[in-house]
Amino acid sequence: MPKVTLIAHDGTRRELDIPSGWSLMEGAVQNDVSGIVAECGGGCACATCHVVVDPNWLAKLPAPSATELDLLECTAVPRQANSRLSCQIKLSADLDGLIVQLPERQT
Amino acid sequence: MPPIVVVGAGQAGLQVVDSLRRGGYTDALTLIGDETWLPYQRPPLSKKFLLEEMDPARLYFRPAAHFSKQDVTLRLGVSVTRLNRTTCELTLSDGSTVHYDRLALATGTRVRTLPVPGADDPRVCYLRGLDDAVRVKARLVETSRVVIVGAGFIGLEIAAVARALGKEVTVIEAQGRVMPRVVAPLVSAYFQRVHESHGVRVMTDAQVQAVVNSGAGLAVRLRDATEIPAELIIVGIGVVPNTELAAAAGIICDSGIVVDEFARTNDPAIVAAGDCTRHRNTLFAEPHRLESVQNAVDQAKVAAASLLDVPVAYAQVPWFWSDQYDVKLQMTGISTGYDELVLRGVPESGAFSVFYYAGERLLAVDSINRPVDHMVARRWLLAGTKIAKHSAADVAVDLKSVI
Repeated sequence: MPKVTLIAHDGTRRELDIPSGWSLMEGAVQNDVSGIVAECGGGCACATCHVVVDPNWLAKLPAPSATELDLLECTAVPRQANSRLSCQIKLSADLDGLIVQLPERQT
Repeated sequence: MPPIVVVGAGQAGLQVVDSLRRGGYTDALTLIGDETWLPYQRPPLSKKFLLEEMDPARLYFRPAAHFSKQDVTLRLGVSVTRLNRTTCELTLSDGSTVHYDRLALATGTRVRTLPVPGADDPRVCYLRGLDDAVRVKARLVETSRVVIVGAGFIGLEIAAVARALGKEVTVIEAQGRVMPRVVAPLVSAYFQRVHESHGVRVMTDAQVQAVVNSGAGLAVRLRDATEIPAELIIVGIGVVPNTELAAAAGIICDSGIVVDEFARTNDPAIVAAGDCTRHRNTLFAEPHRLESVQNAVDQAKVAAASLLDVPVAYAQVPWFWSDQYDVKLQMTGISTGYDELVLRGVPESGAFSVFYYAGERLLAVDSINRPVDHMVARRWLLAGTKIAKHSAADVAVDLKSVI
């Protein structure tokens, strides 16, 4: 199972094992990570599962869709260059070790 | 003021529990749900869950451990059969009783069933809960020909999934266009074209008279005697709010549990939230009953605030979405009473928005593959921002810059 490190806004780190094929959002929710809201349940419709991907990992992720790019313009905390929506990040062995930061708030 | 009991473990019930704990309520808290699953997300059921190999556990809002950690007593797989407001007691389907000091009702809705002869055939399915979705998913595998009754969100989303799975799909709609209750005719026309271009047969103004099971197999018979062969029939013709428990206890209901802008019923100890309510929202003059994630979440927060005696009036802009193929429809506001439509972008491009105006006042916006328009419109509608029609219509105007 790919390991993912989530760094909360207060600096707390959590390392999660998330099954391949799951989205990062699903993995975070099932591990009770409170910094991911995901109001729309992974539909790429609400921009409340915003994460900031460690720059070293950004290039390993498939490029965001046009919809995701648009929604990233609408996050509660303004996006950074390396921002993504975690419902659109599908875990695989290639992403073992992924590191992301959580924004201060999602809504 | 303990204990607080929440009836209904859907999105609204879960949010009430969550908001109570976040709001500092530390006493006894019980969440009762009639399904055996942990509280789960419903929107993916007619979309991703139906399409892909997907463990139901991926739909849970929270892992099981969350509830013990938060000291929430979960009573799942039991329904509430009686509410006694004199003794402040609930009777459950397993015969047990639960005492409450304050109560939140988040009983949701159930599907409207197809009122025609033959509709009790086991190959006639509905989609509301996870059990339904598991059943429909299994049936889809062994089916090549699907007839969908009702061209609302659910019916059209399932049609899109069934086409993606290679099924032959017919959609039957009683009214003259798809999604007749929620979008303007030009949006309906666009979605009908999208479905037809994906190979769906869309029949409008078509009334189902019966489900027949002749020697030739299962079929849907229309009023004009046309018979449409089917191996599986999926019905999505709307929902009915679950108000019986409340109504039997003397709580005022009117096609929904009636609540004020603080989510309070006529019983000061009882609040209600989500799809089951006919509610007040300070942004609107008229009460509404809405079926949406947004309303479930936002109204549940209001209900929790009332339970905590820190009342906050409900003043949120409604929003909805639907995914069909690669088309994302996002809606915000309530378009009832519009007198003019302003189009931004062209439907032929596959990305456009429709602005609903009453006079110069913006009421609602439907966005098709234009999520920025949607998100910006939500902010405007909340703030009451005036947006000139010529700006709305001009794709060269950056809407984010209009404050």
